[in-house]
Amino acid sequence: MTDPVLEIRGLRVDYGLGDAAVHAVRDVDLTLHRGEVLGLAGESGSGKSTLAYGLTRLLPPPGVVSGGQVIYHPADGPPVDVLTLSPAQLRKFRWAETSIVFQGAMNSLNPVHKVSTQLLDVIKAHEPQSTAAGRLARARDLLRLVGIAADRLDSYPHQLSGGMRQRVMIAMALALEPQVVIMDEPTTALDVVMQRQILGQLAELRERLDFAVLFITHDLSLLVEFSDRIAIMYGGRIVEEAPAAQLYGRALHPYTEGLLHSFPALRGPRRELTGIPGSPPDLRAMPEGCAFHPRCPKAFDPCDKKVPALGAAEPGRDVACWLHPVAAGGPR
Amino acid sequence: MTQPSAAPGRAKRRRFRFVANAKATTGLVILGIYCLFAVIGPWVAPYDPDARSGDVLQAPSLRHWFGTTHLGQDIFSQILVGARSVMVVGLVAGVLATILSILIGVTAGYIGGAADEGLSALSNVFLVIPALPLIIIVTSIVEQASDTLVALIIGCTSWAWGARVLRAQTLSLRRRDYVEAARATGERPWRIILFEILPNLTAIIASGFVGTVIFAVMSEITLAFIGISSISSWNWGTILFWAQGQQALAQGAWWWFVPAGLAIALLGTALALINFGIDEFVSPRLRSAGRTRIRTADGRSVRMRVGFTPVLAPTPRTVPVPREEVAP
Repeated sequence: MTDPVLEIRGLRVDYGLGDAAVHAVRDVDLTLHRGEVLGLAGESGSGKSTLAYGLTRLLPPPGVVSGGQVIYHPADGPPVDVLTLSPAQLRKFRWAETSIVFQGAMNSLNPVHKVSTQLLDVIKAHEPQSTAAGRLARARDLLRLVGIAADRLDSYPHQLSGGMRQRVMIAMALALEPQVVIMDEPTTALDVVMQRQILGQLAELRERLDFAVLFITHDLSLLVEFSDRIAIMYGGRIVEEAPAAQLYGRALHPYTEGLLHSFPALRGPRRELTGIPGSPPDLRAMPEGCAFHPRCPKAFDPCDKKVPALGAAEPGRDVACWLHPVAAGGPR
Repeated sequence: MTQPSAAPGRAKRRRFRFVANAKATTGLVILGIYCLFAVIGPWVAPYDPDARSGDVLQAPSLRHWFGTTHLGQDIFSQILVGARSVMVVGLVAGVLATILSILIGVTAGYIGGAADEGLSALSNVFLVIPALPLIIIVTSIVEQASDTLVALIIGCTSWAWGARVLRAQTLSLRRRDYVEAARATGERPWRIILFEILPNLTAIIASGFVGTVIFAVMSEITLAFIGISSISSWNWGTILFWAQGQQALAQGAWWWFVPAGLAIALLGTALALINFGIDEFVSPRLRSAGRTRIRTADGRSVRMRVGFTPVLAPTPRTVPVPREEVAP
């Protein structure tokens, strides 16, 4: 598990250029290990999706990556920086190495084509040497993998339910057996039962195919259950990163604590749901110092002056907060 | 999320966003100049466009900016005087056709049923009425066909395309959720059409208007060029008619037909630019936010496009530093 597959180093993503630029992602460091599920949580507008699209270079204009590195370690061969790939290389890299399930992905299916056409198209484009029969067998396998009967291959998207369409999209994302799957709120539009089903299947698939997942959601309770590690984003920065159980047990950053207190626990003593007062910061006019300090119940002296660096406060957990000074070695 | 209050300077710029668009501004300025000359042309023209003089077939000079014809008439004055008829016909026909296409197309699309069938049939009939031959016939019957008459005929025969397109788009819009919601809350049909549907048709209406104006201008010039409309009144087609009749090209008198041709082309360009501006104003996705070409990390200049987010600067960190990680 210590073997990294995707390393994000100092990634900065802006919308717009020059002085008009809005810095949506600021100096984000994040490492995704082989075969793990890394959860990325935060409020709307905290930069979660921007981060995911930035690292895959899928941001539409005026989004630009203004700095940093995204190192991808293929199963065999030397590591590559995704940000230096040419468009042709990028096209090859996508889907085969890293695939993405978009927010509301079920609406991305083309309504006038059968599921099979859309599924086979991917395999054909990336593996032109494959035979038609081989591709069809693969498509059947994929559908079965996500728990859909193979005869649904001849359905049109409107003949499938929302959950099925979402699962078709997940099957499509897995079609080329990528090492990394980025999921941007893949279950937000579904009800909790369907959510649970899909997540269960996803966990199962991950056991079998051993891909790493970057799971983006604003539903922290989902992540606690589903992911190995959780990174919390606020105002374009990672503010805390820790193993899921540890984070749930004891959050170090006041923001994480706020998030954890905004949904009820199933067991244990009753507690008051507090939520977080105030609203997310305006990316055009970020507060001085720690972005969270205007809403932070524990803000004290240095918070409104200096930005705390993300560092290992305890072994295995990183936090960017003045309450938890970086243990040793100073800021990374 | 709370919407932060923008700085006053910013807010002001937003209000004039349409004009701030470079394409729209250029188009509007050119069109404004044309309209200005359409009004004041006959008064500021240096010569009487009909007046003959001894300077026969002169190349452009300080005395005659665009040269002279075979009768010594000043072409610059003819262009200035001719602008009025071209602009009147173009704009009147454009406005008339646009109003008709909105009335018929949107009504047909929104109401549906038998009314839709009837109005669609009407558009189909008008779609196949050839405007140019009709005008030729009408002008041959009516003595001294005026610009207004030509404009009315062009306007009344060229609305059908716009109506069809608007009907199709209205059909799609009227089933959208926000329109259904407006209907469910009891808004009156005219209000739904005016406030819910029409704003979404702005781009189509604008492009239809621009297309019709260009078509009307071309028709009028064609009519004059083939000598149908009265040759006593000046427009750019009349100039071309005389240039053609007197074999201007063979005589090397390029100044005779080039200015008129350029004037037509420039008018079309201005209208197209305004159309682009309206499109970008209506649909922000089309808006080119200032620069679209930017310099990337590898020193090349690339166009911003979907799916290939440009990388501006390489990271200052040089050597990859492996991070110590503790497995969970």
